[in-house]
Amino acid sequence: MQILDRRLNPGGKSLENRQRFLRRAKAVIQRAVRDSSQDRNIPDILQGGEISIPPDGLGEPRFRSGPGGIQDAVLPGNRTYSEGDYIPRPEGGSGGQGSGAGQGGGDAEDAFRFMLTREEFLDLFLEDLELPDLAKRRLADVEREGVRRAGYTVSGSPVNLAVTQTMRLAMARRIALRRPRIQEVEQLEAELADCTDEPHRVTLQAEIDRLRTRMRRIPYIDPIDIRFRRFETVPRPIAQAVMFCLMDVSGSMSEHMKDLAKRFYMLLYIFLTKRYRHVEIVFIRHTDRAEEVDEETFFRSPATGGTLVSSALEAMQRIVRERYRPEDWNIYAAQASDGDNAYGDSEMTASLLTNAILPVSQYFAYLEVGEAGQHDNPAMPNSALWGVYERLRSEGHFLAMRKVSDRSEIYPVFRDLFQRRREAKAVA
Amino acid sequence: MTQTLSEPLFHGAEWDFAMLQRLHDACEEIALGELGLDVYPTRIEVITTEQMIDAYASIGMPLFYKHWSFGKHFTQHEALYRRGMRGLAYEIVINSSPCICFLMEDNTATMQTLVIAHAAFGHNHFFKNNYLFRQWTDAKGILGYLNFAKSYVAYCEERHGHARVERTLDAAHALMSHSVDRYPGKKKLDLRAEEERERRRRDHAERSYNDLWRTVPAGPGKNTTELTADRRRALLGLPQENILYFLEKTAPRLEPWQRELLRIVRHIAQYFYPQGQTKVMNEGTATYVHYRIMTRLHELGAIDDGAFMEFLQSHTNVIFQPAWDDPRFSGFNPYALGFAMMRDIERIVTNPEDEDRAWFPDIAGTGDAMAVLRDIWANYRDESFVSQFLSPRLMRELRMFQVHDDPGDAEGVRVEAIQNERGYQRIRRQLSRSYDVGWNEPNIEIVDVNLMGDRRLVLHHNVINGSLLAEADATRVLQHLADLWGYDVLLREIDSTETVLREHACNPRPVLLPPV
Repeated sequence: MQILDRRLNPGGKSLENRQRFLRRAKAVIQRAVRDSSQDRNIPDILQGGEISIPPDGLGEPRFRSGPGGIQDAVLPGNRTYSEGDYIPRPEGGSGGQGSGAGQGGGDAEDAFRFMLTREEFLDLFLEDLELPDLAKRRLADVEREGVRRAGYTVSGSPVNLAVTQTMRLAMARRIALRRPRIQEVEQLEAELADCTDEPHRVTLQAEIDRLRTRMRRIPYIDPIDIRFRRFETVPRPIAQAVMFCLMDVSGSMSEHMKDLAKRFYMLLYIFLTKRYRHVEIVFIRHTDRAEEVDEETFFRSPATGGTLVSSALEAMQRIVRERYRPEDWNIYAAQASDGDNAYGDSEMTASLLTNAILPVSQYFAYLEVGEAGQHDNPAMPNSALWGVYERLRSEGHFLAMRKVSDRSEIYPVFRDLFQRRREAKAVA
Repeated sequence: MTQTLSEPLFHGAEWDFAMLQRLHDACEEIALGELGLDVYPTRIEVITTEQMIDAYASIGMPLFYKHWSFGKHFTQHEALYRRGMRGLAYEIVINSSPCICFLMEDNTATMQTLVIAHAAFGHNHFFKNNYLFRQWTDAKGILGYLNFAKSYVAYCEERHGHARVERTLDAAHALMSHSVDRYPGKKKLDLRAEEERERRRRDHAERSYNDLWRTVPAGPGKNTTELTADRRRALLGLPQENILYFLEKTAPRLEPWQRELLRIVRHIAQYFYPQGQTKVMNEGTATYVHYRIMTRLHELGAIDDGAFMEFLQSHTNVIFQPAWDDPRFSGFNPYALGFAMMRDIERIVTNPEDEDRAWFPDIAGTGDAMAVLRDIWANYRDESFVSQFLSPRLMRELRMFQVHDDPGDAEGVRVEAIQNERGYQRIRRQLSRSYDVGWNEPNIEIVDVNLMGDRRLVLHHNVINGSLLAEADATRVLQHLADLWGYDVLLREIDSTETVLREHACNPRPVLLPPV
């Protein structure tokens, strides 16, 4: 008898099977993930969690008997029946179902529920999203360094000993210097043992001694043969990117609108932090003044006041000039607003955008938030900002614009804006 | 006999590896010495919960090839377990030599003793001695074969792509349950030789490859059209109930590696075939053995009263049999029925009544219960076991009755027989029949194909009692079959008068096979 402790064996033996399963059911799972994330809070999305998917496509069919037909069965626990009695079939149950006889199981057509880990969930959630036109790459700071093989070296640590190379060099040297082979010596020795002719024995002995000395002088492996694998570090170019989040927090934004805007930025934030290690995020919120704030303030602190969109753009322009040289950085901006702007600021906004912001940005997305149902109403006139941006667009500037008035629209719009694009870049 | 050990084997719930050894030795002494069991060498492996769910997912086997369906089962089990809807088995035991028993790390010392008695001796004895297992499975070779299967599938995936391997396996799995040889006569499987055979075949193909053969003009085809239908069927070995076997040998367009995959799935199905036919006996044996061993250990003072109570509690849970109208009822509990029958046989052998003498003249009162049971364990399967050894007394105790559900009978389900003189034989026959694979599994066989003509594969389902196949599943399985076969497939459901009740037809999809 043997007792083995298997507990320390590497776990996750069925991880690969699980991944195969997820891959197989990907389409359905992805739909389920997206559906389930619509009515969840953002922090919950980050936790992963349980989803349920319909079982179709994942079935493992077998030939088996269907319902119907004449069924005979033996059951335990007869208390009252005599031979010839009838047990009424339960209402609605058809055929053989009534007796409960041998019908254990039945069709498990229920939805299939299971847990996804945080990583699996986010991967599916964010799949296919990317920052468009991440074009500018440069050698950044030390962080991204790769190691690669770079030939052989004569010194190094024993773990890096290149055995094949070493033996190859040793053999080349042995051949070049004519090191006698051990078989030759053995052959001569055998000859010597059999030989009776004295003078011949002497010559043989001399020959053997000569070969042996030579073998000693030319070692099998010499330190000069030894080679080690050499590695060198290489810096890899990376794409640096910065995302500007511009949010209007003025008095005209209702709680509902702010909620929508925040949700949108939350998604953006998750997406960027999860997918890109080298993306910096700058939060700017504005009323009639703009200020750069940290994440916490951006998402949580209240503020109120009038509206001057140009103030935010100015702030962005200043920050770009100070910290993010357009030659080195891929610059993105996402702006959320209810579309209100102070009368007379529109021109300022338009010129800032066309002259300062758009030329340095890879992508500028504008999200207009509205009251529930507002955007469905065709009678509503376009907002001030929408009008301005619409005009810029028609002049050929590259701006992505979407309207959102309900929570459930956030995710589709977000996907729409950051969908992986295959077609050529349509930048002005 | 009743010597008392001075010291119990353990106190409390904690256990360690030295104790497992002692527990095993104590059980072994009783199992081999007093019960006269004959077992494979044992290997006990302690595993964690996660590993247990892993094992569940790959039908209990410690290693298996990779396939998404195992991932699905794993995910399913895990979800149920996490939500507390399902507990896990205390053990899994594998019919191999050495016999591997998985014990969960969080079992208490009592449970470990119980599990060792149950699996390492009960199941183990049954695997080694029952004729079905001896006939159909190769306990020594199975682990090696699974290892080969695993690496072969991985090799195919590398060479032919994940998608094609996965689809081939999907199709093979769908047909798995109808791909066993039900009748002996072929030589016993030697799984070690299987692996060797595959390697040699491949080597030979590589060695003897000569591109010139491609250029040799084909001669005029032999004119085989005048073969009679009977002759044609005989040449193909039809009718054939082992579907994967037929495909492996005959399917015109499968590639060699696909044939090998079908063969692997078929061998594994065959390996599990006896287990499906001996559920009641297998579990009954293990339960009976653990009950005997635990009771004896308690008598000897090797386990204290507290531990014995703990054992009884889980033992009674295991052999609980709800009545038919109980919401928990889902058929006969094989543990309960098996255990009850074996206890009953013990009683008949040692302390029979007149009724028993009349019903079981061969064994009643012979005195040596273990000899009788060992003989039964070796030579019966569920169906024959029930039909020979279910006693009237047990039918009364379990209050068995037989119902007859004819959809044509509007009054309801008729009670056909109850636990009385008139009913015993009928109940026993019916219960035994419900364990007969010939009645449970739809009886499907390949009956005809004209390889010279349209190559349509024709299958028949011999319908018993008007019970047709579940349509949605049947269509999907048939689709898989058509994909493997490469040409049209037709399944006829016929009754005993050869009347066709329903037909399913399927055309192949070009997903598995290379284009013609």
